[in-house]
Amino acid sequence: MNHAPDFDSRVAAALANPTLKVAIERTTGTARTKRAAAMAAWPEFPAARALGRDIKDHVIENLAHYLVAFEKNADAAGTKVHWARTGEEACQIVVDICRKAGAKSVTRAKSMLGEEIGLPHALEAAGLERVETDLAEHIIQLAGDPPSHIVWPALHKTREQVAELFRAHHRDPGAMATVEAMVASARRQLREKFMAADVGISGANFLVADTGAVCTVTNEGNAELTTTPPRIHIVTAGIEKLVPSTAHAMAMLRLLVRSATGAELTQYTTFHNGPKRAQDRDGPDEFHIVLVDAGRTRMLNEGLAEMLRCIRCGACLNHCVVYRQIGGHAYGATYPGPMGSVLTPMLDGLEQAQDLPRACTLNGQCQEVCPVAIPLPTLLRGWREKSWQRGFEPARVRWALALWRFTAMRPRLYEFAGNIGLRIMPLFAHGGWISRMPLAGGWTAHRDMPSPSGGTFLAQYRRRFKK
Amino acid sequence: MPKCAGLEQNVTLEIRPAENSLPHVALFATCLVNAMRPAVGFAALALLEQAGCRVDVPQGQTCCGQPALNSGDAEGTRQIARRNIEMLEPFDHVVVPSGSCAATIRLHYPELLAHDPAWAARARNLAARTHELLSYLADIRGWLPEGISLEASATYHDSCSGLRELGLKAQPRKLLAAVNDLTLRKLEGEETCCGFGGTFCVKYPAISNAIVDEKAVAVEASGAALLLGGDLGCLLNMAGKLHRRGAAVRAFHAAEILAGMGDAPAIGETP
Ligand code: SF4
Repeated sequence: MNHAPDFDSRVAAALANPTLKVAIERTTGTARTKRAAAMAAWPEFPAARALGRDIKDHVIENLAHYLVAFEKNADAAGTKVHWARTGEEACQIVVDICRKAGAKSVTRAKSMLGEEIGLPHALEAAGLERVETDLAEHIIQLAGDPPSHIVWPALHKTREQVAELFRAHHRDPGAMATVEAMVASARRQLREKFMAADVGISGANFLVADTGAVCTVTNEGNAELTTTPPRIHIVTAGIEKLVPSTAHAMAMLRLLVRSATGAELTQYTTFHNGPKRAQDRDGPDEFHIVLVDAGRTRMLNEGLAEMLRCIRCGACLNHCVVYRQIGGHAYGATYPGPMGSVLTPMLDGLEQAQDLPRACTLNGQCQEVCPVAIPLPTLLRGWREKSWQRGFEPARVRWALALWRFTAMRPRLYEFAGNIGLRIMPLFAHGGWISRMPLAGGWTAHRDMPSPSGGTFLAQYRRRFKK
Repeated sequence: MPKCAGLEQNVTLEIRPAENSLPHVALFATCLVNAMRPAVGFAALALLEQAGCRVDVPQGQTCCGQPALNSGDAEGTRQIARRNIEMLEPFDHVVVPSGSCAATIRLHYPELLAHDPAWAARARNLAARTHELLSYLADIRGWLPEGISLEASATYHDSCSGLRELGLKAQPRKLLAAVNDLTLRKLEGEETCCGFGGTFCVKYPAISNAIVDEKAVAVEASGAALLLGGDLGCLLNMAGKLHRRGAAVRAFHAAEILAGMGDAPAIGETP
């Protein structure tokens, strides 16, 4: 794993990792191909996308209304709703529920919010046995890694590395020759834990305001095994997960699943609503939902309301040229890729995360694929502006830019300075190309620079067409 | 611009060139073309004249302001934007041989000056009359090259700003298809960023290198002899990488090919 304190070192480590690029490309490459095929077969995508955007915007504009409605309807179904202003508060609420129930072992279905608020750590710190039931989460739990992708948390591990991990940690690993054999080994390892857990904790893909239900989607069915057998089911969810009704949740699901994996639906789509009723065969005795703010209402006031539309599909990561080279861990945060570079300065502070909005070519492909049309490049530019205003850019960059701006406002000086540069550059050239030049190391370390010749366009134009 | 006194609201009317008169066009060359590849400026000039424009090259031009814009220096960009608006607004149209510089004027000037009462309308007005060169030729002038031939195979990279901010996709292909004997080969990942990103490529050289290396591999795999594009920054990045890798692919701005300058030295070649 990649624990270097600064972004540049984490990037260097990622780029030097011989298997990382292969692992990233296997998963994101498949995701891109499948998504493209799904979109090609779905001419209504632009309309569905506009609808998805409008649904989320509507909820965000009327957040208080829908939160109150959700609480009322969840309460009517027998659910206990808790409110957490911060991640710590949310963890404390979860730990308190576990303690009160005398719980020893907790199963957890993958939830990025859980990662964001540090829930895995909080559970362990409270002395609870934590069992990750999502296969990928199980892998990174064994490896001791944080997730490197919001949909495939173990994307940075190759099949071969996973087989090695299972061989080292599983009771009865078997041959591990095929993916099926590996899954079977994980199943043997995890099944009995599923059934023996006291508390199951899951996240939410959608919170349905008019029924009080929580919708989760998985492909492994682990969410259902996490939330049904234990006595207590706890959901932690960000308040932006609200949708007005089940019909709205379905509209969002179509966008989410196609954007994430290219499939029309996930294998399991479950609406959890309240604890076990008298006539039910199974289900938890207690059902808790912890609604977490943790910066979300602050985002509304900081020009980041559009980011609250995000449904965590991962498409922006899969299509990001930077993510595809450096992987998730180099970002040094819970959420990587374009959406992470917008969220992290909010969650961890801009000064600490200042590199993330800058380490982007602003090519716009993330916005193009985003199923809820979040203008990610514009939001990243917004952070760059704040970063500039607060003076986080290194002094040498500020000076260079100030000098450049001063000359760009004065055409004669601009031309004069340009001409000096154009006279100097050919001194470093060999056969038309410059492969090393002082002050140009950022460029010439990796690529050559064509040597200019014959003066500027403006000067040549004057010579040709004017006196 | 004349004021219309007879209306309820005081509006300014933009005077459009009459149908039969030649539009007066300012060629905004961009700083990279100005310093690194004047041939692109001359190609643009020739193409605009062929397409029936009266072209001027305003001598006070410097830069569109992108380095400041992308560094988050909004106030610095505004200063440059106001200066460019003043310089360029006397023209019917402003044409720029770069998608990203054209997009800066078309999209970002109006955004940056939206809350400046003295400049917002002027920024919008200039934005509406500013065009990227290839889309201007194909869409606005309805021009196609005639009698230009180049026996070569070429592949085309869609630079991101032109593609996603200005919708530049069909136009270069349509124009290049009219060049005799030129075969266009598909570039795998033609819409994927080349890793240039303006200041990005020197602020994060290692990431930029990993991206452009992948791009160079795709360009080489296309089997084309020429790499064409509409943005000099991206072309310098890709050509520089291809040269470092020892690839024989030669790079040109599409305008040079359209203007019949495909037999001149490619980027980095000496005459
Ligand atoms: S920002 Fe858009 S593309 Fe990225 S994860 Fe969120 S919804 Fe998906």
